[in-house]
Amino acid sequence: MKRPGILPALTYRSATLIFLLVAFAAIPFADLGVSALHPGAEFGRLVGGILSPAFAAIEVRSVIWTVAFAVLGVALGGTAGLVLALVFDRFRTVRLVAASLRSVHELFWALFLMQITGLSATTGILAIALPYTGIFAKVFAEFFEEADRSAENVLPRDTSALSRFAFARLPVVGQQIKTYSLYRLECGMRSTLVLGFVGLPTIGFHLESYFKEGHYAEAAALLLCFYVLIGTRRLWARAATVPFLVIGSLLVLPETTGNSSTWRNLARFFGHDIIPAPLRNSSLRDGHTWSNFGEWAWRITAHQIGPGTVQTLILAQIALVAAGVLALLLYPMVARRFLGRFGHYLGRATLVITRSTPEYMLAYLLLQLMGPSMLPAIIALSLHNGAIIGYLLGRQADQLPLRADAPTGANLYFYGTTPVLYGQFLAYLLYRWELILRESAIFGILGLKTLGYYVDAAISELRIDTAALLLIGVALLSMCVDALSRNLRRRLRIETLPVRLSAEHRSNAARAAPYAGAPQAQQPVV
Amino acid sequence: MTAAITLDHVSAGYNGALVLHDIILSIEPGECVAIMGRSGAGKSTLLNTIYRRYTDSAALIPQASALVGNLSVFHNVFMGCLDRHSTLYNLRTLVWPPAAEIAAVTQVLEAVGLEEKLFARAGELSGGQQQRTSVARAILNGRPVLVGDEPVSALDRVQAGEVLRILSARHETKIFALHDIRLALEHSDRIVLIEGGRIVLDEPCGQLSYQRLLPYFEGELQ
Repeated sequence: MKRPGILPALTYRSATLIFLLVAFAAIPFADLGVSALHPGAEFGRLVGGILSPAFAAIEVRSVIWTVAFAVLGVALGGTAGLVLALVFDRFRTVRLVAASLRSVHELFWALFLMQITGLSATTGILAIALPYTGIFAKVFAEFFEEADRSAENVLPRDTSALSRFAFARLPVVGQQIKTYSLYRLECGMRSTLVLGFVGLPTIGFHLESYFKEGHYAEAAALLLCFYVLIGTRRLWARAATVPFLVIGSLLVLPETTGNSSTWRNLARFFGHDIIPAPLRNSSLRDGHTWSNFGEWAWRITAHQIGPGTVQTLILAQIALVAAGVLALLLYPMVARRFLGRFGHYLGRATLVITRSTPEYMLAYLLLQLMGPSMLPAIIALSLHNGAIIGYLLGRQADQLPLRADAPTGANLYFYGTTPVLYGQFLAYLLYRWELILRESAIFGILGLKTLGYYVDAAISELRIDTAALLLIGVALLSMCVDALSRNLRRRLRIETLPVRLSAEHRSNAARAAPYAGAPQAQQPVV
Repeated sequence: MTAAITLDHVSAGYNGALVLHDIILSIEPGECVAIMGRSGAGKSTLLNTIYRRYTDSAALIPQASALVGNLSVFHNVFMGCLDRHSTLYNLRTLVWPPAAEIAAVTQVLEAVGLEEKLFARAGELSGGQQQRTSVARAILNGRPVLVGDEPVSALDRVQAGEVLRILSARHETKIFALHDIRLALEHSDRIVLIEGGRIVLDEPCGQLSYQRLLPYFEGELQ
């Protein structure tokens, strides 16, 4: 039975058109100018620097701390996420806590935590661990939900919950949990690098000053070091090395300065700073207090959350479409069917390096080169996300069964692979939507007028209460986009398509070890 | 009268569709009953209904072997008696199996001829070996009523007969779904035939013959 409705049925075509229209409508409102005086000359110096990396300048400690913060942050987040995942479908509160934790970006967490724990290792580790707890909880809960329950159903009835879990649940999803956690370490390292841009002693801290001063050769050496670490992740981050990584990371952490004031800061933070200004030191029974509070909240909503949201959405929608276009253009680069054996290896390397480049860092660099406008942010977001989606699509294009007399080249692209992969493409893009939005908000710290701009300003003026209200706005916005994305995926009937980046790693693992147990269903999400 | 299993006008189904209609069935302690019928007749639903109602006294051999592929045969079999030990002991056994448990599991595995696979990963076994692991788990479980859904479908007739004999010796009351008429006649006391979710025949094996049962399986390979 056809459901009558006011809206026309959503198809791949209409969904694509809607997103294109929104993005084009947003362009006139976006500042896309290049204001730097000699962007070409500066770009030439950048290329020169990349071609002659100054390895002697590498700050080894910052590299070690980047790895250590990431290892401990991901380990802590993974452990907490696993615990939450066990009760995820039982308690609404747990789901809500997880959703709130992951809807706030690592950088925002870091800016907040600094108020309590200062520029310390604790800040760096918790800034990763908190949002990752939310992500891990959701993903692990999905693993458990989709897991084969048949062995569990046969267990004697009075088996304790813990025995049940240890014997019939954990071993079933253990492999998935392991692969996903190790993959997350890669994301964690990108995140810790970026934390350096707000002052923590990771690679990003030095990159920021190198970029600012135009020391591209030094920056290139440091970045190269980072790429090598990411590229060799599967060699040094394995199940067997995890205990050593964790203990080693604990041993090399930088000494905390001014740790003694943490408790005092904590008391001040929760007892004063985060309480909305109109409510401080005033009677909560007084109607006047509440009208002041209403006025305060309205002022922030109207003058900061409102315009910040509009700018965030403008950036996110343009970047989303640009990333999609780029992904469709790039995917043949990693497909053997299009570029052949050597070509596709080269393409893969290019896209892996592009996607390993933290988009925040890229935006920072491009802003230095091109001058302040939305253009650098759009380029950074679309390159990073376009590379991620393009890579996944290209790998899938190679796995498509094609008839023996299938066309080649452009004909294969337009009549074969692209139409077949289009649903998958939309699934990836809709999934990245929320991430692009979160990142768009964050780019405000770089000076764009998105939500992060107001958060950063409020924190630097020590108006923590304002920053907290703004963050609630950011969280609500990203939850709305997440819900809308899920709704669209359902209506397009693409909600079961895999969009988890680690799914690809898993299939690699399965190929290397064909005995790896039960056939693994492709997992949706992340 | 204390029957081991009593179903009194039971109907059951899933997803809103009724699969079993008004089943009346009583099984005495010590009986060995074969449930037969074409595929889709409702055998599995009947066995699952029985198991759910008698979880406290029954051990189950499910149709798919239902093993944890990443764990060893030892651990999969040991799962049959998780309720008999403390959680701490179970966790210890997961990491470092005590000699007593190894001996107990080995003994059960010897009965089904799988002792040399004690510490092999269950996921690496062949279908027949997995089924025998599932049988061993039910034996170690040791509850008096055994509910087996095609417990020997992946074994040849000689092995199948052997496994059914062992199961008969270890459990008091047995209810098997079987599709092989000769095997059922040879190894059970009573045959219950289901068609379209209803019992159409319920007689002791002594009064039945291969020829009489065959028409019920017309079109299916015997």
